[in-house]
Amino acid sequence: MNGVAVHLNDLRRTFGAVHALDGLDLHIEPGELIALLGPSGCGKTTALRILAGLEDADSGRVLVGGKDITGLPANRRDMGMVFQAYSLFPHLTALENVQFGLKLRRRAGGDRAAAMLDLVGISEHAGRYPHQLSGGQQQRVALARALAIEPQVLLLDEPLSALDAKVRVQLRDEIRRIQTEVGTTTLFVTHDQEEALAIADRVGVMRSGRLEQLAAPAEVYLRPASAFVADFVGLSNRLPGHVDGDTVTVLGTRLPLVKPATGGPQVTALVRPEAVGVVPDPDGPARVLSTAFLGPTSRVTVEAGDSIVVAQVSGELLASLSAGSPVRLELRPVPVSLDD
Amino acid sequence: MATVLDGPELAAPVPPVRAPRGRLRLNQLRSLLGTLPFFAYVTVFLVIPTLVVAIGAFAGDGGFTLANVSALGDSYVLDAFGRSILLSAVTALIGAVLGAVLAYALATARPGGLLRRVVTAASGVLAQFGGVTLAFAFIATIGLSGFVTVFLRDNLGVDIYSGGVWLFELPGLVLVYTYFQIPLMVIVFLPALDGIRPQWREATESLGGSTWQYWTKVAGPLLAPAFLGSTLLLFANAFSAYATAAALVSQGNPIVPLQIRSALTSEVVLGQQNLGKAMALGMVVVVAVVMTLYALLQKRTARWLG
Amino acid sequence: MAGLRARRARRQSAFRWTVLAVMGIFFLLPLAAMVEFTTRGDSGTWSLLADWPKLSETYPDLADGIVASLGQALLTALLMLVLLVPTAIWVRLRLPGLRPLVEFICLLPLTIPAIVLVVGLAPVYAWVNYFLGGSSLTLTFAYTILVLPYAYRAIDAGLSAIDVRTLAEAARGLGASWFTVMARVVLPNIRSAVLSAAFLTVALVLGEFTIASLLNRTNLQVAINLLGKSSATMSVAVSLAALILAFVLLLLLSLFGDRRKASR
Repeated sequence: MNGVAVHLNDLRRTFGAVHALDGLDLHIEPGELIALLGPSGCGKTTALRILAGLEDADSGRVLVGGKDITGLPANRRDMGMVFQAYSLFPHLTALENVQFGLKLRRRAGGDRAAAMLDLVGISEHAGRYPHQLSGGQQQRVALARALAIEPQVLLLDEPLSALDAKVRVQLRDEIRRIQTEVGTTTLFVTHDQEEALAIADRVGVMRSGRLEQLAAPAEVYLRPASAFVADFVGLSNRLPGHVDGDTVTVLGTRLPLVKPATGGPQVTALVRPEAVGVVPDPDGPARVLSTAFLGPTSRVTVEAGDSIVVAQVSGELLASLSAGSPVRLELRPVPVSLDD
Repeated sequence: MATVLDGPELAAPVPPVRAPRGRLRLNQLRSLLGTLPFFAYVTVFLVIPTLVVAIGAFAGDGGFTLANVSALGDSYVLDAFGRSILLSAVTALIGAVLGAVLAYALATARPGGLLRRVVTAASGVLAQFGGVTLAFAFIATIGLSGFVTVFLRDNLGVDIYSGGVWLFELPGLVLVYTYFQIPLMVIVFLPALDGIRPQWREATESLGGSTWQYWTKVAGPLLAPAFLGSTLLLFANAFSAYATAAALVSQGNPIVPLQIRSALTSEVVLGQQNLGKAMALGMVVVVAVVMTLYALLQKRTARWLG
Repeated sequence: MAGLRARRARRQSAFRWTVLAVMGIFFLLPLAAMVEFTTRGDSGTWSLLADWPKLSETYPDLADGIVASLGQALLTALLMLVLLVPTAIWVRLRLPGLRPLVEFICLLPLTIPAIVLVVGLAPVYAWVNYFLGGSSLTLTFAYTILVLPYAYRAIDAGLSAIDVRTLAEAARGLGASWFTVMARVVLPNIRSAVLSAAFLTVALVLGEFTIASLLNRTNLQVAINLLGKSSATMSVAVSLAALILAFVLLLLLSLFGDRRKASR
């Protein structure tokens, strides 16, 4: 099965005085999985619902496979949708839920439904009702139901946010596996940055109804296009710096900039904890404030001058540090963003 | 507070867990004593009356008899039961359909909105509004000199009673009962409608279903138990009602509650008292069956729409 | 823009207002008719109703009924509270195994029509007459049974909303007696539930007709019914007044319920 391309062109939508979408442009390649990431109220769910036909746009166009479907009602759009939770029909078994869409299309669908339940790994519960299934199992059935109708586009609206952390990671990886297998163009909406980075071909970070950055996960993480992206994706230290040309000096180290500075020379630089090296040094100018063991990589909070710096260190190094230890900080020369 | 009391030794604090058996039993007895007033009271004023009805239905001059119960087969008693059931069924159906429509109109309104609060509060009052006051309200409306009757006669030349004064007979009771059945339906059916999640409609649409298919394949089957259960509750409500009919019906005793009244107050025929008890027992059986079905349907609704 | 969703919302809104308008007419018409009926030709019905000495002189039966109903409502509310509140708390604290039975008994009157209860109560009231006389206030006993399901549900809901056990354990741990636990710890926390139960009781008792009429006692509804035979206008006026009173009571009740939910 080959996916189709999806275009969202200049979508605008206001709810009262709030601009949920403020001229959103998004292009999804055939078979691609794009994760829309952003804080609540950034418009990511509105974008997905307009694509699904569950919400009207005030202006703008939606194209799927080159065809303008802006005025098409939801039930003629051919999209598979997975909701946050509770979307299974409670009076139907898992199998009947998956068959539902097939029956609406007057296809027998017994075999296909069973195959879909098999694909999501839940065939042994085919006869159970939704209230007899766990949250993770329910979402698997919901995914099978959405895929059973062989939709042109798969839409996932925070499908994992109601689940436990462990199930969330497991199901996330499985959604990715299945999506790659069937090759359906997919839009995945989430507010969890780790989830977005792990699952997507490209991540779109949204803010106030616009895309701040749309790029591959590594790109978004390593070269955030703005301070907002740097802040929202991953943890960042906010450290005072001094701009000089296309570099910035932070804690005595010269670092390259992601993009040229626009303001004055005194700036706040955003530095990732993993870009901060901690070296035990009896004459070091900095002091360890606290340590936290988090497994293979652990976290140290250091007081350096007027700044509090969070650094990511190995578990071994952590053992040699304790509150009050004198240390020296070394910043790795990865490109940094500035707070604007 | 919870953290302080989380300790296992405090889980069941007062009757010491490892008390000797005898003391434990004594403790339990003392605890039971605390409920004595309640149980004594309901025994005298609820259990004994119930037994009086149940036993009296099978009691004659010389002890046990089936005469009262078999008297239920008399045509006038059967007719009364038939009319009672018909009246209850008709008003339950009308009330259920119109009440469901009204409830749906409310369910589509803003959840915490003023409209919804006012209408549900008014429904709560009107559902309880039965009896004599309701009868007089309708006499003032469509009685012989009622507001509407006079208005229609004087202004439009329409005489609503050209075929006889039906207000004080069974058709009148249907109209008047509807007045409290619709609000009752709103109260009992609205929670079920609120249990319908918007995701189900959206899922149906994204799977290619039309509005018609949503109602026939999703919302319809989901609401059916709640609707049926609510209709049964309305049936029991109308079947038990007495005061409205007593105040309104002027001639004869068309329905069972009025038959029971006449059996109770009749001093002419001996044994009528026990026939009254047999009819009362018959009513309890009908209501108990209906309410049991209601409870079963309610359970299913709670699982689907809870 | 096409605005498919907006069109659906407009359709729904039109449907909603049509339904509400039609239903509104059906439900308001009898109330309006009562107003019209009692002010027709202005026979001074309402001014008479507001003048208690004159009213009790003109319609002594009605005055007796009103007094009797108020007394019954007050006594029933008291008896219900004394009987039900301690029992409900006690069962939750000490005899949880007994709760299903208590609940079953309390909800039983729902399946026993009032007319059936009267049949069974007749012999019981023969004894009541023997011991306490035939005062209309003795109806309190029957009415307490009648309001049991509604009052129980209100109080039970209040108790479910708080963790009675933990509260009691905390108080006992601080040295409180069982009486103190019930009166000073649990009761203040279910105040609004108790108030709801009392309001419901008053509203129900003011509307009761069946038992009073068939046990040959008087109350407001019996008096209205009696009056209907001689003065239709007056009986409609009193009906409307009683209805408005019940309306206000239950409206207060629902407002109370809302505020309780909002504060949580």
